[in-house]
Amino acid sequence: MENSEKTEVVLLACGSFNPITNMHLRLFELAKDYMNGTGKYKVVKGIISPVGDAYKKKGLIPAHHRVIMAELATKNSKWVQVDTWESLQNEWIETAKVLRHHQEKLEADRQDNQQDLPTQEKPGRKRKWTEQEQDFSPKKPLELKTKGVPEVKLLCGADLLESFGIPNLWKSEDIAQIVGGYGLICITRAGNDAQKFIYESDVLWKHRSNIHLVNEWITNDISSTKIRRALRRGQSIRYLVPDLVYEYIEKHNLYNSESEDRNSGVVLAPLLKNTTGAQS
Amino acid sequence: MNSRIPVVLLACGSFNPITNMHLRLFEVARDHLHQTGNYQVIEGIISPVNDNYKKKDLVAAQHRVAMAQLALQTSDWIRVDPWESEQAQWMETVQVLRHHHSELLRSLPQTEGPGHKAASPAPAAVPELKLLCGADVLKTFQTPNLWKDAHIQEIVEKFGLVCVGRAGHDHKGYISESPILQRYQHNIHLAREPVQNEISATYVRWALGHGRSVKYLLPDAVITYIRDHKLYNKSSP
Repeated sequence: MENSEKTEVVLLACGSFNPITNMHLRLFELAKDYMNGTGKYKVVKGIISPVGDAYKKKGLIPAHHRVIMAELATKNSKWVQVDTWESLQNEWIETAKVLRHHQEKLEADRQDNQQDLPTQEKPGRKRKWTEQEQDFSPKKPLELKTKGVPEVKLLCGADLLESFGIPNLWKSEDIAQIVGGYGLICITRAGNDAQKFIYESDVLWKHRSNIHLVNEWITNDISSTKIRRALRRGQSIRYLVPDLVYEYIEKHNLYNSESEDRNSGVVLAPLLKNTTGAQS
Repeated sequence: MNSRIPVVLLACGSFNPITNMHLRLFEVARDHLHQTGNYQVIEGIISPVNDNYKKKDLVAAQHRVAMAQLALQTSDWIRVDPWESEQAQWMETVQVLRHHHSELLRSLPQTEGPGHKAASPAPAAVPELKLLCGADVLKTFQTPNLWKDAHIQEIVEKFGLVCVGRAGHDHKGYISESPILQRYQHNIHLAREPVQNEISATYVRWALGHGRSVKYLLPDAVITYIRDHKLYNKSSP
């Protein structure tokens, strides 16, 4: 297939990144290889969007540290960047809204650059913290996606896919929007479990052609939880996270028993939002 | 006074290429020994195997040594030693251990000669050289004719083994299945890698041969080297 016929894709990963690890970074590489390998897609950019502090997850350290670590981690990447919009919002933002924000931004960029070739890769040009503050864009129907604009897809591990099943964590209309309107690329070791999960859900089954399951052959269990635990126990995390991230964590002594106790007893933002009153 | 025994960790292997997992072995082993309270790890040595080992797909030793050096640029305690790779023929692991052990002894501060009052170094201050390996290597002790029994004994009796666990390997089981290992189990340290990270060099070579990304599986500097020298292409021997 000609390059011009391929659908351009932007991979968006949402999460705590508390801290970012080599495993998070591998997700991007595996997804890109897979999507490009189908011959139908061309991955043009990767975006890491750390969640805002208002998420209130236990052990979540301030966003500005998490953003800086992600920026250090992607310093040597030609195509993966960090976006701070989500982390700068005062309230927690649903993933579907973050997807919409980035899709609309791509469309706006395209309209601004009608004559130019889409240059999504800008090596060396990192967005500054202060440039990210933007207001909410007005809601736009998904069907009006401009032709030729890259499609944003949610990149995740199997844990996120399966979290769709946790009561009150996700709004069902959001799940429908994510898999129906955008698409999911899910990196997983246990392909069969993921397929079974899709099969057992009507909405996921309906949009299964928009859910790409990518096999991770190397068992790569570098979860942020384990990193934080190792740090509390004085164990080395070298070679599990990029060197610059490791140095930053050491220098600022970011993770210890105190930090792990943050938000202890506080209800996670989506659970609070989806169970108290305000239902749309 | 409880003084810790100084330890040097030696890892032998193909390092074809070196990966983040190899580097993790050192970190996990050091943490484990330190947390026993009895040891102080003072150095780590990576000793890439000689080309005459003739393992399939083994790239030239000069490359494997260079890649390990690049990987260790940012480490303040692990270094590469090319001695094994520079010998005229392949040598058994026990010979490599003996070589590095005698080098270690030679580098110690000399004792005063007769007629002076200074004492020779206390036994506890003499560093111990231990072989660092993954559980898969421990398992190979069982493979007929791969290791000489006398060598296995010398390794565990005279030097010591630090073995880092891997998924799918029951390293305690390997010890109980071997009389020699059982006898010297006090000299065999079993460390658990808390974070499963199964980056095999075999996978890395496959990925490189198929144009797949290996970023974040090995240091960037090593990936650049591989690219610059066109190593591990599908067509290369």
